[in-house]
Amino acid sequence: MTARLCWRKFVSGFMLTMTGVCALVAVSVLFFILGYLVYHGGTSINWNFFTKLPTPVGETGGGMANAIVGSAKLLLLASAFGVPIGFFGGIYLAEFSGHKVAFVVRYAADLLNGVPSIVIGIFAYALVVLPFKHFSTLAGSFALGLMMIPITLRNTEEFLLGVPRALREASMALGASKWTTIARVVVPAAYRGIMTAILLALARVAGETAPLLFTAFGNRYWSPGLGQPTASLPVVIYNYAISPYDDWHRQAWAAGLVLLGLILMVNIVARVILARGVAVPRS
Amino acid sequence: MSSRSFLSRLRDGDEIARVITFLFAASVVLVTILLVVELWMQSALPRHKFGFSFFLTRVWDPIAEQFGALPFIYGTIVTAAVALLIAVPLGIGAAIFLAELAPQKLSDPLEFFIDLLAAVPSVIYGLLGVFIVVPIMREWIQPALKNTLGFLPLFQGPAYGIGFLTAGIVLAIMVIPYIISVSREVLMSVPRDQREAALALGSTRWESTWKVVVPFAKTGIMGSIFLALARALGETMAVTMVIGNTPTISASLFSPGYSIAAVIANEFTEATGDLYLGALIELGLVLFLLTFILNGLARLMMLLTTQRGSGTGMA
Amino acid sequence: MQASARSELSVNLKPTGIANTSRETIAPTTMRVTVSKVNFFYGAKQTLFDINMAIATNRVTALIGPSGCGKSTLLRTFNRMHETVRNARLEGEILLDGQNILAQDVTQLRRRVGMVFQRPNPFPKSIFENVAYGPKINGADAPIAEIVEKSLRRAALWDEVKDHLHKSAYELSGGQQQRLCIARGLAVEPEVLLLDEPCSALDPISTAKIEELLVQLKDSCTIAIVTHNMQQAARVSDYTAFLLVGQLVEFNPTPQLFTTPTDPRTEAYITGRFG
Repeated sequence: MTARLCWRKFVSGFMLTMTGVCALVAVSVLFFILGYLVYHGGTSINWNFFTKLPTPVGETGGGMANAIVGSAKLLLLASAFGVPIGFFGGIYLAEFSGHKVAFVVRYAADLLNGVPSIVIGIFAYALVVLPFKHFSTLAGSFALGLMMIPITLRNTEEFLLGVPRALREASMALGASKWTTIARVVVPAAYRGIMTAILLALARVAGETAPLLFTAFGNRYWSPGLGQPTASLPVVIYNYAISPYDDWHRQAWAAGLVLLGLILMVNIVARVILARGVAVPRS
Repeated sequence: MSSRSFLSRLRDGDEIARVITFLFAASVVLVTILLVVELWMQSALPRHKFGFSFFLTRVWDPIAEQFGALPFIYGTIVTAAVALLIAVPLGIGAAIFLAELAPQKLSDPLEFFIDLLAAVPSVIYGLLGVFIVVPIMREWIQPALKNTLGFLPLFQGPAYGIGFLTAGIVLAIMVIPYIISVSREVLMSVPRDQREAALALGSTRWESTWKVVVPFAKTGIMGSIFLALARALGETMAVTMVIGNTPTISASLFSPGYSIAAVIANEFTEATGDLYLGALIELGLVLFLLTFILNGLARLMMLLTTQRGSGTGMA
Repeated sequence: MQASARSELSVNLKPTGIANTSRETIAPTTMRVTVSKVNFFYGAKQTLFDINMAIATNRVTALIGPSGCGKSTLLRTFNRMHETVRNARLEGEILLDGQNILAQDVTQLRRRVGMVFQRPNPFPKSIFENVAYGPKINGADAPIAEIVEKSLRRAALWDEVKDHLHKSAYELSGGQQQRLCIARGLAVEPEVLLLDEPCSALDPISTAKIEELLVQLKDSCTIAIVTHNMQQAARVSDYTAFLLVGQLVEFNPTPQLFTTPTDPRTEAYITGRFG
């Protein structure tokens, strides 16, 4: 072996090892994040955390009950708004539309998907907060719902298109109308993919903070109905983290652990369910 | 006639379905258009008042009603640049490992973890940024950089722990998953026989990867970088928690600064007066346009990759 | 370089002395590559069974047989390309000029044994850079431009591309791209050139050009070619090996194999009764 060849082989081994190091570094970040959250936040997760309202500064023993409920309300409402639009819009794209319309709708969805979440917040502010002159759960849900639309739409379309023609034709050949075919044959066939897409969309907006900053805003108390500002987990984490109080820092860690835990669980479940069938939906 | 009414009901049912689903699909387009229109209209005041000088003025003084976007544009660009400088080599390296070297049984689970990483919300990164990264920067990394490379204006000034560099590092961690997953996909789609041809000519594994496979995939990899950049530009929470939130333009990476998304997040609810609010919304418009262009370029590149796949005989 | 035929060869390679209109008299040759007791496994499945043969120096040897018979698999062991597949396992001995290829450094081996693939697969670079790739990474004794020109001439492509060397290789036609790949392979001056169904994706005119090329090349290079086209094997090769479900059924000088095959299965194949 010549010296040159020796050198080339050394470089090859070295660079390839380095790529392995890169991969290791990237993956280990996930475990670092989880580790730190568990370490700092694990001990603060207790009954109070889930059931109590925030206490005034300086008093310990407060919790995040209102933030948890607030997030739940926001997400529920966001889904009620975003999922049907995405779902039925996806059905239109997959089953009814022509090429040009489909292109425009897809383009709009992709565009919406790429909008930074804070700009979505601005839009929701302009549309829902300004006219009513106060922050509200409704405004926050609108912003989050908007963000759910593109994921739901594109994935519904994709999974519906993935249903084999033969299934549709069999149904139509039995005399079923197009809509019956869609409702009773095609959608059920694609249901797994669509469900997981919805779950993933939910997981994505569950952690969003920026669009809530000036829509749902925040609330140290319960927020009745839909027209009041409401606390949410991500916003509380943010506010507590940048505050100067140690007790609030602890709570921020705990909330972070809960939030990330839920998001990761939904992600894992969704991907595992889907992995048994088709490819992973895009996000 | 019963058969005719049945048929017409049938057709009506489908028609109704078509119309309803069309309305939902159309609403997506409408809401997107509305978004752009709102951004444009709500930023009308500062646009008319300042025009282009909005982008060139350094002064951001709400009291005097002087609004210049330059510090935020600067901060956004600098942090994004730092982020890419770190994330691109790491990300492409990891993607190469996952696509070329790791056996399927290793590559798939690792990719799964990378996808999970992409699902971590910004505020969690911010949390770790504030409590873990900032102290490390302040105690270890910034002093070390000062001692070794302190002659460069980049690494001068007091080490607070927060600032452009820290924000860039946190951003890098956030965008790496995007670079990895897209680049990995593109690399895996490079036809086998490209690599085999390189190996058959006596290349080492690294040579075949770096000199043949990666260049073949370079358009797609560029696309992943644009995607990552678009993501970095729009990142709000993690950045605002570690950047220092001061509208400063400084050559030093240790200096606190501000980004477009961060200033909107911080000052929106406190903006008094239409001009102030309008200025923030104009910043939002800028952000929208930037990410729009970048995402468009990224998509174009991905399109070009898939077209180029079968290169035989194509012009 | 001296090489001697292994005494374990089970096939008689003595010349028949047949003078063919398109070929010179086949004289006793040295064996550049000898293959002994080769068994090949893909995972648990065995795909090659006890192969014993040789590739004669400066001759064209064709491997023919129906789909799935293992001819490409066998070819790819000659430059250890099978190692790019994870579950592949090779048993037995393959000697290049008397040295076991499995004991050598694989990068060096592949410089000495080149390969042209079924579909033209030029790199996404210019014509020049494609041919220059091999010499550049392996280190070259002569100026690169000279090597590129020489290789392109050997591949009968020079005249067509000499004014366009810096254009993308993808602008060439399929046949030209394949000749480019041949030039690229020749640029590292291999002792053996392996071609895996090089014409199967090409039109008849390009195919004819490449066949002509191979007959000229054998003076400077030992050639082994896998082909599913029997007429091509008959036209181009000096020796032919017929494989069937992983076994070497017959290995003889081409004229003999195609006119008076020794095995009835060979006869059945070449008369089109199957495959």
